[in-house]
Amino acid sequence: MSETKTRVPAVPGLFTLEPEVALVGSRCSDCGSYFFPREQVVCRNPRCRSSHLEACELSRAGKLWSFTSSAYKPPPPFVAPEPFEPFALAAVELEREKLVVLGQVVRGVLPEALRVGMPMQLTSEVLEESDSQVLMVWKWAPSGAASIEAKR
Amino acid sequence: MSQVVILGAGMHPWGKWGKSFVEYGVKAAELALKDAGVEWTDIQFVAGGDTMRNGYPGYVAGATFAQALGWTGAQVASCYGACATGAQAIDTARARILAGLCDVALVVGADAAPKGFFKPNAGDRPDDPDWLRFRLLGATNPTYFGLWARRRMELYGATPQDFAAVKVKNARHGLENPNARYRKESSVEEVLASPIVSDPLHLLEICATSDGGAALVLCSEAFARKRATEFIKIAGVSTVTPSYPSSVIEMPNLATDSWAGAALPERSFRDSIAFTAYEQAGVDPKDLDLAEVYDLSTALELDWYENIGLCAQGEAERLIRDGDTAVGGRIPVNASGGLACFGEAVPAQAIAQVCELTWQLRGQAGARQVAGAKLGVTANQGLFGHGSSVVVSR
Ligand SMILES: [Zn+2]
Repeated sequence: MSETKTRVPAVPGLFTLEPEVALVGSRCSDCGSYFFPREQVVCRNPRCRSSHLEACELSRAGKLWSFTSSAYKPPPPFVAPEPFEPFALAAVELEREKLVVLGQVVRGVLPEALRVGMPMQLTSEVLEESDSQVLMVWKWAPSGAASIEAKR
Repeated sequence: MSQVVILGAGMHPWGKWGKSFVEYGVKAAELALKDAGVEWTDIQFVAGGDTMRNGYPGYVAGATFAQALGWTGAQVASCYGACATGAQAIDTARARILAGLCDVALVVGADAAPKGFFKPNAGDRPDDPDWLRFRLLGATNPTYFGLWARRRMELYGATPQDFAAVKVKNARHGLENPNARYRKESSVEEVLASPIVSDPLHLLEICATSDGGAALVLCSEAFARKRATEFIKIAGVSTVTPSYPSSVIEMPNLATDSWAGAALPERSFRDSIAFTAYEQAGVDPKDLDLAEVYDLSTALELDWYENIGLCAQGEAERLIRDGDTAVGGRIPVNASGGLACFGEAVPAQAIAQVCELTWQLRGQAGARQVAGAKLGVTANQGLFGHGSSVVVSR
């Protein structure tokens, strides 16, 4: 990977990479509901309807709610690395926010290594490279694996 | 409440026929009209289920079918609700009849589906959750089916053999259905030997995309009384949204609602789909004779057993193991063969489920007939929080 290319989120606004990867959601300051992606207009709790929504970073750790894999190449707009290699996906429950967030699992960790309830950690990996930029995406990793990733 | 009568039902066989969706819809409509003994020129209202295509005809299906059948000046509506599209079209026609705005209506849905995974329309649309899940995660529809299936294994001890048994049962049912696309027996071994698509689900456990068409002629009881002595009736229709906060990750979302600021509803979204229709119809799931549910995956069919009230949560595996949901069992599910044998033709599917119940309740289902069927329910769920259920009674 070229050192001169800047690393940016593949879709702006959903997550940040600095100082560390974090999903950007919002929190209703009246009822305490969280939203991901960020809700900006009105709280979706039908008995609240507040417009006091503040952007916030979601917890970077949670428990595995369920998991699966993608053994066939997904269609566009996904850009799969060639040759295609199956990857795992995880739905992770965040304790503070009380919601479940989906994400790909870091490369090389397949369903055989996963179990419902295990602790998971947010990290990031390259989604694809353009001529000038490296497009990044958030990933879930079993807690041990994430710390290995961070040291690389 | 006065009920709406199903006077006619018709289907174009499912498959990959390489024709236009209009042709499938027109064929289904003609068969439904013939079955009802009603002329096209007698139809006062047409409700079409929209297909999703770039270009206009798919989005304006009601008038597209009306033009193909020949303009008559009938009132018209076009409906879209993902997999619940057909039920929304039924609901629209039923509401018009109940309101006294018309006596007889035609409901049509048809699709010519693209091969392979369903995917979003072209173009960069970061404000569209359907685009986002593909772009960032490569999360196809089977991704969600896989998550729900793994969760079932974890919570209730479901096994890959239990999931495969659903396919085996539905494949056997579909053998007897001339409208089904796949008419071939499957064994548990064959299912488990097919390639994994989304862990733990195999290729033979995930429904294919298909072409197909289905249609119904609906009318008021007064109109029906002039033509028939025994009525098959629509007793309830739900086309519901979830209740906040919905805590199960659903297509196409990246996250669930949060339950940090509001208590979870008494009924999950999937539970509410059939129960809303039961409440309208004033029936209890104990009284059902059969059900047609949306088996997008084998594992999902087991979820539906619980969601539509055939058993308590966590007991669905017992039903499939005991043969309760096979034709001849206590409460047959997907006697038609289900999506396992039909594949998905999105705007037609919810209508096709009601066609099957109509034939079953009339005793016209041939070798797949559920003996003495008097009360049935359909259930399905689609993208973006669309769910529907129809209760049909004799
Ligand atoms: Zn609120």
